[in-house]
Amino acid sequence: MTNKSEPLKLLLVDDETGYVEILSKRMSKRGIEVTAAYSGAEAIRAMRGRYFDAAVLDLKMEDMDGIEILKILRTMDSKMPVIMLTGHGSERAAREGIKYGAYDYLTKPCNFDELVTKIKTAGIGDNRGDGDGK
Amino acid sequence: MNITDNKTTQMTGLEYYRLFIKKMVILLVIFSLVPLLLINTVLRHYFLSSYSDKVMEHMTELIQKHKQNIDNFLQERLNNIRVLASSNSMEQLTNEDFLKKNLDILQKEYDNAFVDLGIVDINGIQIAYAGKYKLVSANYKDSTWFNQALKSKYYISDVFLGLRGQPHFIVAVKKQWNNKDYIIRATIDFNTFNSMVEKIRIGATGFAFIVNKTGQLQTRNMYNLQTINGTSVLDFLNKIDLQKEDVHAVQNLQYRGKEFIFFIVSLKEGQWRLIFQQEQGDAFSELYKARQMGIIILLCGSIGVILIYYLMSRKMIRFIELSEQQREKMNEQLIESGKLASIGELAAGIAHEINNPVAIMVEEAGWIQDLLKEEDFKDSENVQEFSRSLLQIKLQGMRCKDITFKLLSFARKTDPRAVKTQINDLIEEIVKLSKQRAKYSHIEIKTEFEQDLPELMASPSELQQVFLNLFNNAIDAIGTANDEGMVSIVTKRTGDTVLISFSDNGQGIPKSNIARIFDPFFTTKPIGKGTGIGLSICHGIIKKLGGDITVSSEVGIGTTFELTIPLFLEKDTETPLFKEL
Repeated sequence: MTNKSEPLKLLLVDDETGYVEILSKRMSKRGIEVTAAYSGAEAIRAMRGRYFDAAVLDLKMEDMDGIEILKILRTMDSKMPVIMLTGHGSERAAREGIKYGAYDYLTKPCNFDELVTKIKTAGIGDNRGDGDGK
Repeated sequence: MNITDNKTTQMTGLEYYRLFIKKMVILLVIFSLVPLLLINTVLRHYFLSSYSDKVMEHMTELIQKHKQNIDNFLQERLNNIRVLASSNSMEQLTNEDFLKKNLDILQKEYDNAFVDLGIVDINGIQIAYAGKYKLVSANYKDSTWFNQALKSKYYISDVFLGLRGQPHFIVAVKKQWNNKDYIIRATIDFNTFNSMVEKIRIGATGFAFIVNKTGQLQTRNMYNLQTINGTSVLDFLNKIDLQKEDVHAVQNLQYRGKEFIFFIVSLKEGQWRLIFQQEQGDAFSELYKARQMGIIILLCGSIGVILIYYLMSRKMIRFIELSEQQREKMNEQLIESGKLASIGELAAGIAHEINNPVAIMVEEAGWIQDLLKEEDFKDSENVQEFSRSLLQIKLQGMRCKDITFKLLSFARKTDPRAVKTQINDLIEEIVKLSKQRAKYSHIEIKTEFEQDLPELMASPSELQQVFLNLFNNAIDAIGTANDEGMVSIVTKRTGDTVLISFSDNGQGIPKSNIARIFDPFFTTKPIGKGTGIGLSICHGIIKKLGGDITVSSEVGIGTTFELTIPLFLEKDTETPLFKEL
């Protein structure tokens, strides 16, 4: 279980660098420590030997299908909650993601406060389990 | 541009079909007519030749019979005189009373075939005579017949006028008495003989006559034979070599402007010829009739065949033309829906691409807001303005999102599967969903549903999209135009179609815009408020269902959209309207 005084560790996967950068900045102000990954491969590398309270995953990536990344992340840490970001019209992919164990999804551009709330409830709440799932 | 090109190729396609059918019809006509012609020709040939043979055979037989009759007549008359000469002595024969008695008997027995009897001595002087002419002591010394008669035992002369000036001929028998030759002669009545030949009549134009070796007529000239090229014909016929007793036939002889058939047979041991002539058309009249009938049947058959193929080809061309037209129409529809699909694709691409920068923009604004909240900036003079401006950036960013969402719904795949759908329920659902929005805009919703409206086969999600669009349009149209806004929705069945109307008392649509209202991306709403694709989607969906969507509107009074959807759709509805993206 993560200590509440410690910042929440978040893996943010999105190939849109500008978006990842600004979100990281804003989240650090909200007590979330963001590790950025700009591709599916980077996300997998980041996961190795690291622990994250939650992950935010853009479903539309250039190198890998979002659902595929989700599946790999789930095999690496089955208890880590994953929140998906989708465009409108890709809700079907998002619903499919839920089927593969994603925690929730939001459409892009999303409401920042809503995203933060979702991350916090997912990362701190009961959803994370005991954190020893590695 | 594409449509024009299409039309050109279709035109040439149609021309090609026309040419193809024309060729096919010609080929069919040939294949049908050639056997018909062949059969007709062969049968006609066999029929004509066998019939003609039969006619000729019959005629030959007839002429042969007549020849025998005439020959018999001549022979019998000669025999009469022979009997008279041999069974009586010259003393008796030179007795005129005796002669007279015998003439009477002969005339009585043979229907006046004998005109007179006479005995002529070697010097040509008639020493005894019985008959109506006064020919006792007449001198025949220079007569042809007398000289000929002296040369043989029996003799039958040609027809001549002689001393009496009447056509007649002589039957003579030579007899010796006291070592001197005498001629016992009898004159044969020309009329009796002539009537025998005249009796030979067949058909309307067939008659007979007799000519001697020099081509002189031995019977009455009934048909002006010699006056019109007659002599040449007689000469021609006379020159023909005859087999002893056989009947010789000459066909197709052009004579007096007509075709004639001639039968020639020798008489009197080759000294005379019995000639029978008949117009060929008369002789073969039945045959010609049959031939004509054959031609008529052939003609009718051919015309029938050609007519049937002609009508058939016209029907086929008409059919092809119709299907070409349908194809053209379908092509146009396909192009139209293709256009819509590509517009959808484009819209979706743009929407996706725009979402990322908009998201960054909104987050950057949020970041500034976050920073402004920190101590250092709180006292800043313009902090209020900053906050307002940032809020505005975020708000406009969200509007961008709304617009892209709308664009994406145009491209979004709806479930196109047709199932039994109750229109009333669908509309009811939409009304419930939009009640809050309507209430907020002070708009009253009135529904008038026909009870027992039959279900129809359609995709509920597509229809929902249509109804929602029309309903939202109605609410938007009222907007601020009318304080007592009213949207009324009516469903009813008319025959085999369901009629749905959405009426509002909003601002109405100007006439100039009515024609373009279903065009994609045509909108009168302010920029950012509408994408102009809603009605174009509705139009596409309703057309796909085989229905129609019409609009009637008056500025300041309101607008009514009327949908008609057939209850039974013949076409397969499995094809989605838009391409899945």
